[in-house]
Amino acid sequence: MHSEAKPAEGAAEATTSTRSRRPRGTIVLKPERCKGCGFCIAFCPPKVLAFSAEFNALGYHPPELIRPEGCTGCDLCGLYCPDFAIYGVMLKDSTTPPADAARAEETT
Amino acid sequence: MKADPRGVLAGVHFLDGDQACAEGALAAGCRFAAGYPITPSTEIVERFAQRVPLLGGMFLQMEDELAASIAIQGAVWAGAKAFTVTSGPGFSLMMEHIGYAAMTETPCVIVDVQRGGPSTGLPTLPAQGDMQQARWGSHGDYEIIALAPNSPQECFDLTIEAFNLAEQYRTPVLVMMDEIVGHMTERVVIPPADQIEIVPRRYTTKPPADYRPFAPEADLVPAMARAGQGYRFHITGLTHDERGYPTTNVAAHDRLVRRLVAKIRNDATRLTRVEEHFLEDAEVIVLAYGITSRVALRAVQMARARGIAAGLLRPILIWPFPEARLRQLASRAGLSGILVAEINLGQIVREVERCVGGRVPVRLAGHAGGSVHHPQELFETIVEMAQAVEIER
Amino acid sequence: MSTEVYLPPNPVEALLRTDRMPHIWCPGCGIGTTMNCFARALQQARLDLDKVVIVSGIGCSGRVAGYANLDSFHTTHGRAIPFATGLKLANPELTVVVYSGDGDLIAIGGNHFIHAARRNVDLKVICVNNFIYGMTGGQVGPTTPATALTSTTPYGCPEQPFNLPYLAESAGAVYVARWTAYHVRQITHSMVEMFRKRGFCFLEILSPCPTLYQRRNRLGDGLEAMKYYKEASVTRHGAPTKEVAISFQGPILVGKFVDIERPTYLELLNQQLARTLEAQYTGCIEDHVRS
Repeated sequence: MHSEAKPAEGAAEATTSTRSRRPRGTIVLKPERCKGCGFCIAFCPPKVLAFSAEFNALGYHPPELIRPEGCTGCDLCGLYCPDFAIYGVMLKDSTTPPADAARAEETT
Repeated sequence: MKADPRGVLAGVHFLDGDQACAEGALAAGCRFAAGYPITPSTEIVERFAQRVPLLGGMFLQMEDELAASIAIQGAVWAGAKAFTVTSGPGFSLMMEHIGYAAMTETPCVIVDVQRGGPSTGLPTLPAQGDMQQARWGSHGDYEIIALAPNSPQECFDLTIEAFNLAEQYRTPVLVMMDEIVGHMTERVVIPPADQIEIVPRRYTTKPPADYRPFAPEADLVPAMARAGQGYRFHITGLTHDERGYPTTNVAAHDRLVRRLVAKIRNDATRLTRVEEHFLEDAEVIVLAYGITSRVALRAVQMARARGIAAGLLRPILIWPFPEARLRQLASRAGLSGILVAEINLGQIVREVERCVGGRVPVRLAGHAGGSVHHPQELFETIVEMAQAVEIER
Repeated sequence: MSTEVYLPPNPVEALLRTDRMPHIWCPGCGIGTTMNCFARALQQARLDLDKVVIVSGIGCSGRVAGYANLDSFHTTHGRAIPFATGLKLANPELTVVVYSGDGDLIAIGGNHFIHAARRNVDLKVICVNNFIYGMTGGQVGPTTPATALTSTTPYGCPEQPFNLPYLAESAGAVYVARWTAYHVRQITHSMVEMFRKRGFCFLEILSPCPTLYQRRNRLGDGLEAMKYYKEASVTRHGAPTKEVAISFQGPILVGKFVDIERPTYLELLNQQLARTLEAQYTGCIEDHVRS
């Protein structure tokens, strides 16, 4: 399970291996906020999400990234999630933090 | 702080109470009013609407009194001083927002020019039938401040006072006029701006990071922020903690409601404003307020002319009730009774009975509304009360 | 090396009072979804968040104000619009957003809604329409589709609901759009357009109430509602609002229906006073408040 500020495993792999297909994006989860509505899974365009087997403290199954290489970082999951528990980022924008990154991080 | 001279129409005027009230609001720095037309209060906002655009302010006529009484609170949180005016039926509609202002500690002024009720009642004729509604009208526990002017001059003076008290205690303040006071025309002296003391809003001096919107200061009143200044505060009518966040915690509720009540109740003695006539040796005290106090004074003078030791106690600030002063008077030797004259069938008399606690007889001279008492009628009651004591002796 | 991968924060976090999470909304409720759109729209419109104020009434959607990290006012039931009116007129430099539910804005607050639209007060009104009173347990509301079951119409709703875009346009709104919680990108876009427009703007967002509306009507969970929105929605920008009424589980016309220009209340007031009072008129309340 992935949590805030820790990128999905696929993203980490992508930086070390250029041979496998490079994911264009990844997701970030705050699993403790998830209420298991399934919006992110149902409306993910490349269908890279699924319910995980694990329970969170609220008793729901948060989603997990089952096909990291397919994530485009489109953030539609972030737009749908009514519980602010997931969002997507594009990795091409993400490897170099913007100048105000430190400030942006503080707000999370 | 002194009044902004632009709003002060200094000089000697011949005004009715409604007009004087509007001038009082302008002198107090009020630049925003919202209202809904209702007799006999409308002349206040008519004058305000005439004058305030020249001072950079506005009057907005809303779709009803619910809207008027909450629009002023929006304006207050934007930084304006604001008030609304109404009469009985509209006052009933405003109750919810008196509660909201009490709960959110929004300083504002609501003027009720009382007319005969219940319901539509007597739109053009006087009454004092909203006095307990003023105290208890919104649901839940809260303390309120209410003033009762008895002349156009006081409509001016006490409207300024109402704005000042609203800012000092961060509470809605009610000005309980009546149709006669509102419509009677008399000499009104408006002093120059530098003789009018204005209580400014209590804005926080803390930076946003340290600011807690409902953390009280020493006098139990928290400092305000206003919208658009970066404080990112939350205001709710729900029970809230010092951050302003909703809570259903019973202890937090107890703390909040007790503070809302205590910030005013603890100051009740300091808030006492009464006018007294012939009380030094009075055997019969007449307690009356608003327009009725003028009739009552006449009756007291008639009694004095007959050798009866009558006196008048007039609460000017009626809520919180001048309890300490009344208790003091009631425990004096030689007092044979208190006569409460009011244009209702027994509202403030209940408060008097509670304060007196059976130490002296309390009698009501009630009136269902539509006119004032006749002084003769009050005089006769005073005589009766004095004679009853004579007979007992 | 994963530590070198920088991930920008969730855009919604900047808008949230994170110390109040998790929120009270049910699993599958769409109100949170609309807040994501709101956050992204604020970001896209590049508004100074210190000058954005959010005003809500009472109900599930009324809780948005409490979760938004803005100057926020949770007012009384139905009275968000008149409160917002006072706020906006007393300080016109604020962007004032009214965020509330269908029962709050249109039933108990219906009178204020039409009058603010008539005056063209510069307010951005976002109505989350879930067809029901959620907070109080699922009673019939002004937007409940005819025949739908609610706790107070247990044999089916006999009433005709309000067609909100038609109501808003008739009353004078200068911008009227409708989307569903499924249309997240379109909602965001409409919100940005509203932020850039002056005058009374109205956005209706149909949103699932899985706990009360969906369940009582045997319509599945929140996800089922979202799938219905996806399948039943037809985008028709500029559709005559008279034709966009909603029926029980029927087709839903969505889109931007109205986008016109009309002077705001404050502009008209200033014009009128300047014309009548001429040199005596020195400006509106704004200067006074700022001083």
